[in-house]
Amino acid sequence: MFAAAAVILLATLALLLVRAIKGPTVFDRLLASNTIGNVAVLLLAVIGFLTGRPDFLDLALVYGLLNIVGTIAVLKFFRHGSLGE
Amino acid sequence: MSAAIDVASWALIIAGGAFCLIGAVGILRMPDFYTRVHAASVTDVVGSFAILLGLALQAGASLVTVKLLFIAALIFFTSPAATHALVKAALERGVEPKAAEAPSSR
Repeated sequence: MFAAAAVILLATLALLLVRAIKGPTVFDRLLASNTIGNVAVLLLAVIGFLTGRPDFLDLALVYGLLNIVGTIAVLKFFRHGSLGE
Repeated sequence: MSAAIDVASWALIIAGGAFCLIGAVGILRMPDFYTRVHAASVTDVVGSFAILLGLALQAGASLVTVKLLFIAALIFFTSPAATHALVKAALERGVEPKAAEAPSSR
């Protein structure tokens, strides 16, 4: 059943990837990449249970932290034209 | 583990996966940027929390559950902040909502 959840999440990632490639504006791509980050966190958690290795949860935590930093950094760049001094 | 908890956790995991998929279809199919943000919140909130809660029920009371709660808290605080910043940046850069034609007031 963990495998079923992982397959569903992979299908979700595929759909989001289509939007990230197609997206007319940069904000569409950014929205898709932010959601991809969130779904990747969930996928890591599920894979940790699937393989019986709970260490994957630590990787999921790190992915979540990096996700928010990356999104805010790219947003700041596109809003102000630079990352600030 | 009792069978009831097992069934509840599987139901939560599958429902969360379904909500993630529905949100992704919404992101792909919605007509303009702001409605896509709306669809993304389905994946971020309902999908994430249902899957994490289901996994926590599978794990029982242990360190794994604590880590899952940390991940849930992280998503709970960062996802609205990221969405808010995203929409505000898009508004300032002049991304127009795709509104219907205003009805003529005659």
